[in-house]
Amino acid sequence: MSLTLKALKKSPWIFHVNTGACNNCDIEILDCLTPRFDVERFGAVLVGSIRHADVLLISGPVTKICLPRLKRLYEQAPKPIKVIAIGACGCKCGIFRDGYNIVGPMDKYIPVDAYILGCPPKPETIISGIVKVLSTL
Amino acid sequence: MLDPIYIVYYLIFPGFLFTAVAGLLTTWVDRKVSARVQWRVGPPWFQPFADMIKLLGKEVIVPVGARRTGFLLWPVVGLAAATLASMILWLSNLWPGTSFVGDTIVVIYIMTIPAISMILGASASSNPLGIVGASREMKLLFAYELPLVIAVLTTIYKVGSFSFQAVLAHQAQEGVMLGSVSGVIAFIVAIFCTQAKLNLLPFDIPEAETELAGGSHIEYSGAALAVVKLNMAIMFFVMPVFLITVFWGGIAFTGWHILTSILKYVAIVVILVLIKNTNPRVRIDQAVRFFWGPMFILSVAAMVLAVLGY
Repeated sequence: MSLTLKALKKSPWIFHVNTGACNNCDIEILDCLTPRFDVERFGAVLVGSIRHADVLLISGPVTKICLPRLKRLYEQAPKPIKVIAIGACGCKCGIFRDGYNIVGPMDKYIPVDAYILGCPPKPETIISGIVKVLSTL
Repeated sequence: MLDPIYIVYYLIFPGFLFTAVAGLLTTWVDRKVSARVQWRVGPPWFQPFADMIKLLGKEVIVPVGARRTGFLLWPVVGLAAATLASMILWLSNLWPGTSFVGDTIVVIYIMTIPAISMILGASASSNPLGIVGASREMKLLFAYELPLVIAVLTTIYKVGSFSFQAVLAHQAQEGVMLGSVSGVIAFIVAIFCTQAKLNLLPFDIPEAETELAGGSHIEYSGAALAVVKLNMAIMFFVMPVFLITVFWGGIAFTGWHILTSILKYVAIVVILVLIKNTNPRVRIDQAVRFFWGPMFILSVAAMVLAVLGY
């Protein structure tokens, strides 16, 4: 394993995308940064710009309006990048699957490395998912 | 003729290697103290080094509309300038004979170059948020430079010389600048100016993670971002050392002074981090008003007190 990949495991910078979720998964993602869970212990920080990201946490079923933005965000991210689908909506569109404006789960459009189920997933689940993705590097 | 030993000075001991390691450790202190203030555990000590090594392995993206040369070159220029400032400061602290007339002016001048390089790099990135960040950085630079220079001038007036050697010798004989009223006032002004120079809260207006998504370094990725981060880390290391040299008797690595020097340094860093953690971000007009109003008046008051002999 190269040194840079080893370092990537120690400092996964997270960029958070909402593609039309109900906001509950996003609250749980922010919970990971609070004193109780504190993912900065493992070097994970939430970054503001996609150019700084190592892990994309994507929540929500993909709506028609969000689709081009989602594709563009994936193209803008510096590689290597890991993509994680958060929540029931991110994995299989959840309760929105019959919606008129839903164009399907995101793995039809971009490669997804991990699925974290739950509506919403607990912060423990999110942390364990990130750890599992990084262990596949 | 330049002595070749200066290449070693620049690249290894007081220069690049030493400053980079110490600067990254300083950013760890920043993150750890911030975490403790927020009742978190915080990152392990090697975290900034892991970040740097990881960024070197990532892809470097140059945006379509960007000026490639300027975008990638300016952070390196800033890094070189920050390293040079650190080298001059450390050489005059450790071997006073290397100090030259006017090196305080040279260091103040060189320490603005990292900010200017960020302005130019962000302007070359063709990102609107980056350009907003660059324009804010420019306004902030105009705002804090004036009180900072006047605060440093109070020391220089008392010493009567523009070289670090004279500043350190004066403080060694007649007590540190912080022992006098004017010194304390000037030091307070300089702490706030440092806060703005390092783009820490409440003056992180050019970066503004939550508002401009990184602002002036929004488009940098991979190794270029590593250079930008290293640049900021080195400035975080240089500014406290500069304050210690000008106001607090300097740094010495002999016997008992090793401990006191490190304690002085950590004390200033912790003051900066505590101000950062207890204040919200101000608007750019509020920042300019703050520096040209209260801070300017305070620094002039310190100067007048120094002239009167307090």
